[in-house]
Order: sequence, then structure tokens, then C-alpha cells
Amino acid sequence: MKEEIIIAGFGGQGVLSMGKILAYSGVMQNMEVSWMPSYGPEMRGGTANVTVVLSDHRISSPILHTFDTAIILNQQSLDKFEPKVKPGGVLLYDSNGITRHPERDDINIYRIDATEEAARMKSTKTMNMIVLGGYLKIKPIVEMENVLKGLKKSLPERHHHLLPMNEKAIQRGKEIVLEVSLVT
Amino acid sequence: MSELRLMKGNEAIAEAAIRCGADGYFGYPITPQSEVMETLMALKPWETTGMVVLQAESEVASINMLYGGAGCGKRVMTSSSSPGISLMQEGLSYMAGAELPCLVVNVVRGGPGLGTIQPAQSDYFQAVKGGGHGDYKLIVLAPSSVQEMADFVELAFDLAFKYRNPAMILSDGMIGQMMEKVELKPQKKRWTNEDIDEMHPWATTGKKKDRERNIITSVELDSEKHEEANKRIQAKYKELQEKEVRYEAIDTDDAEYLLMAYGSSARISLAAKEILRAKGLKVGLLRPITLFPFPVKQLQNLTGQLKGILSVEMSSGQMVEDIRLAVEGKVRVEHFGRYGGVVHSPEEVANALEQKLTGGK
Repeated sequence: MKEEIIIAGFGGQGVLSMGKILAYSGVMQNMEVSWMPSYGPEMRGGTANVTVVLSDHRISSPILHTFDTAIILNQQSLDKFEPKVKPGGVLLYDSNGITRHPERDDINIYRIDATEEAARMKSTKTMNMIVLGGYLKIKPIVEMENVLKGLKKSLPERHHHLLPMNEKAIQRGKEIVLEVSLVT
Repeated sequence: MSELRLMKGNEAIAEAAIRCGADGYFGYPITPQSEVMETLMALKPWETTGMVVLQAESEVASINMLYGGAGCGKRVMTSSSSPGISLMQEGLSYMAGAELPCLVVNVVRGGPGLGTIQPAQSDYFQAVKGGGHGDYKLIVLAPSSVQEMADFVELAFDLAFKYRNPAMILSDGMIGQMMEKVELKPQKKRWTNEDIDEMHPWATTGKKKDRERNIITSVELDSEKHEEANKRIQAKYKELQEKEVRYEAIDTDDAEYLLMAYGSSARISLAAKEILRAKGLKVGLLRPITLFPFPVKQLQNLTGQLKGILSVEMSSGQMVEDIRLAVEGKVRVEHFGRYGGVVHSPEEVANALEQKLTGGK
């Protein structure tokens, strides 16, 4: 098994930490993992993305140009990464702020209204965990038990009281993710 | 107890330094390696192992602090990125001349000048050919994973002290910034003063009554004597070349074409090798782990079976010169690489090998 994922959105949306939690979940499941952020003179409101690879075998390149899955949280990232999903791959996006929706018919497209749902749950900061839940529903490559371990490892101890809220957000994400169009 | 963690290459350097019992870190912040000192400051090793962590006023100061620490037989290190490493060249030359061990980590970014903060491998010449003035070399290790970032800290210190010569970990922004799974080794004790006296009798730890005073210097104005000092240093480099070459060979047994790459480029080349093998081309990968000493013999042993070698570097072509020197014209050697902060893709590397070596078959 090898899963190559790009997660992209605005800085501050929790893109990098979603990637880290996913990667740590992989570590807890004894997989090989890599987490490679775009780094640079970026700031809140700018774009942020991270490439995460989970594999049963040694990982070669941590920087990739095509992906099995793209998790997209803003329009710029959708424009940039929609063409880079491998045919038959997965594109999961949050429709908040999206004006041009995905158009490809050779990939599996899913939508998750995570920003809206996080606002409804009155915890906007867990938006990224709702998205993660949506992804894990589509591709259950790591056991929930290991996701929770990964989450615990990723959060500093002073934030451990937030674990139940994050778990709830992941569960909610699994419930609300929508199929838009699938490759038959 | 060893411990499994997910961490950045830069963080792994800091953790490994504390755990292997390093005595001191002296540095000045620069992207893309600032997490090394940030992690050390957060871990506060001065409260646990007694390791000193100090932000110096400049890179020039850092390297001279290393000279002082190393002169006392302490395991001292610094880290920086390309422009900062340039500032340290004078100090490194003095340390090589005075035969002082230390560890310098270069998390390379694109140059020349201030350049960019994105990854590059354009400091290869500076690292392996000396860098400062005079006839000297650094022991150069090139990690290609976060695990190797951690493991090479202790290895670099061991080699530096064994050969009394500065050692460098030549990394880049990609390995420094990426996170991978790392197994951290258990905490080791720092050397006591008695340990240092016993293991490193050259160190200036205070004159004992039963011996002459130790002098640490790179100056020798008597040319005949200075030639002898140079010969002693050169003999070490010969011994390093004979005994300390490290490399990884992947699918080279039946290889007709060879990708040669270190560090980040080796990771990308490994993916390129998989693409080319899937197309039926017999491609192997030779990854030098020590850049000095360079795996000359290991490369020469392969030349008989090879139709061509592609050196893959994030530079305009530096290691390719050492490959050409090693194969002595017996095999065609070409270079491919993006540079100035651009990282090549596995597909670009695979295409380059096909176009440059197989005639685009």
C-alpha cells in the first residue's frame, strides 16, 4: 500500500497540522511516512500545502508532482492541484469560498462542507479534523485507534483536554462527506 | 530506551546532539535550519546533560567558539545554511590546520549570495574540496532521510575525533524541513574531564606535571616543519579514503545505467529508478553517504558493466566532476539537475537519463 496525498489551503486553516496528524497516525500503524511542507516567506492568509506519503515500504521521493489524493481547502489550491490528481484518484474539497467547482470526470470527487459544519459545532478550529474525518471515510487507510494515538502525539500536552472535541470532529466528518461524482 | 517519533530533519539533529552527549552548540539563526537551535533551546539540555546552547553574535563567532571548545577536547557543534557556512570557512581552515574535531551542519539553500531559502545542493564543492584556504578537507556525510540526520550526528563526532578533523553534515532544506519517522537512541553520558584526558591527550585541559604543555595551533613558520604537519594531515585523508567510505548501492548488480545522487536527490533518483525499471531499463542507484571520502573504488568496480552514468544534483553539476575523475573516461558521465532552489521531479530525472544516455529510446 502506498498513498500519496497533497493537502492544500490557506495558512491558518490547519493544513500542516492535519498532515502531521495523518502522518503520525501512520507511524502509530507502523507504516513508513513522510511529511513535506511547502516552506517559504509565507504567513497567515497566504497559501500553505503539505505532501504526505504513507506506505508499507521505504518511501523514495517525498516531493511529488502527481497525487493519489488531493485534499483542497481553497480556490487557488483547487486550481493548482485538480490537474495533478492521478486518473482514478480522489479529490476531496471544502466548498466554502469555491466559485469554480472541480470539473474532471476521470477522478473521484467528494465534497465536505467542513467550514460550515465547524461553525455549527462552534469550534471553527476543528475544521481540519472534520476534513480529516471525511478523508478517512473515503480511504480508511489508518485504523481509528491509530488516528487517535497520532492525534495525541501531535498535540502538545497542554492541549490534551481538546482531544475529545477533535475526535468528535473526525467522527462528524465521516458522517457529512458527500460523493459528488465517481469514476465508474 | 530508544524512542519512535515523527520529526523534522532539523529537530532530529538537535535531539540526536543531546542524546549522543554533545557538550556544546553555538549557532546563529538562518532559514532553513533555524529549528536546530529552536529545538535545542526548547529542550534546555543545560538543565539535564549540562550541554551548553548559545546563540552567538554571528557565524564567525560560532565557528571560533567551536575552536575553543574543541581545543579543550569537548564535542562541540554548530549548524547554519549556505551564506552562514561561507562565513565559517576561515575558522574551518584554522581547525583543520590545528587538527581540531567538530561538527558543522550545513542545511543547504540556493545560492550564490543570499540566494533563496529553498533547498539546493550547490555547496558540494565548498564542502568536499576544503572550502577555506590551504590543503585540507572536511569529513562530509550526506544524510538522505530524517533518520540519517539523527544517526549521522554521533557518527560525525566519532569520525571527527578519530581523525582529529572537522566533520560536516551536508544536508539541504528538503531533508531539514520534512518530517519522517525517527528512532532516537537512548541518552548517553557526556565525557567527563577524566574521559577527555584519557582519550584525547592532545586536548588543552590544564597542564599536568608529568607532561609537556599541549599547544593547539595552525601556525608553523618553519617551512620544513610545516610541510611535515601538512604531510601528517594528508596521511589522515588517505586513511579516511581507505577505511571510511560509506555508500548505498540499490539494484546495481545487473545495472547498465547508473544514477548517482546524494541526499535529497538520492530520494528523487530512487523514484526515478523505479520509473525506469518499470520501462524495462536496467538502472541502478549509487548513493554516496560519505562525499569525502568519495566512493571511488566502489564506482570503479561498476564501470565495466555500465553504458552510462547520470549524476543527479540540485546544482549545475559539481559531484559530476568527482564521478568523471573516478571513472577515468571509461564510461560516459552526464549531469542533470534543477537548481537555484528548484527541486527536480522523479519524472524529470527519468526523462533526463533516457535522453542523455539511451538516445531517447
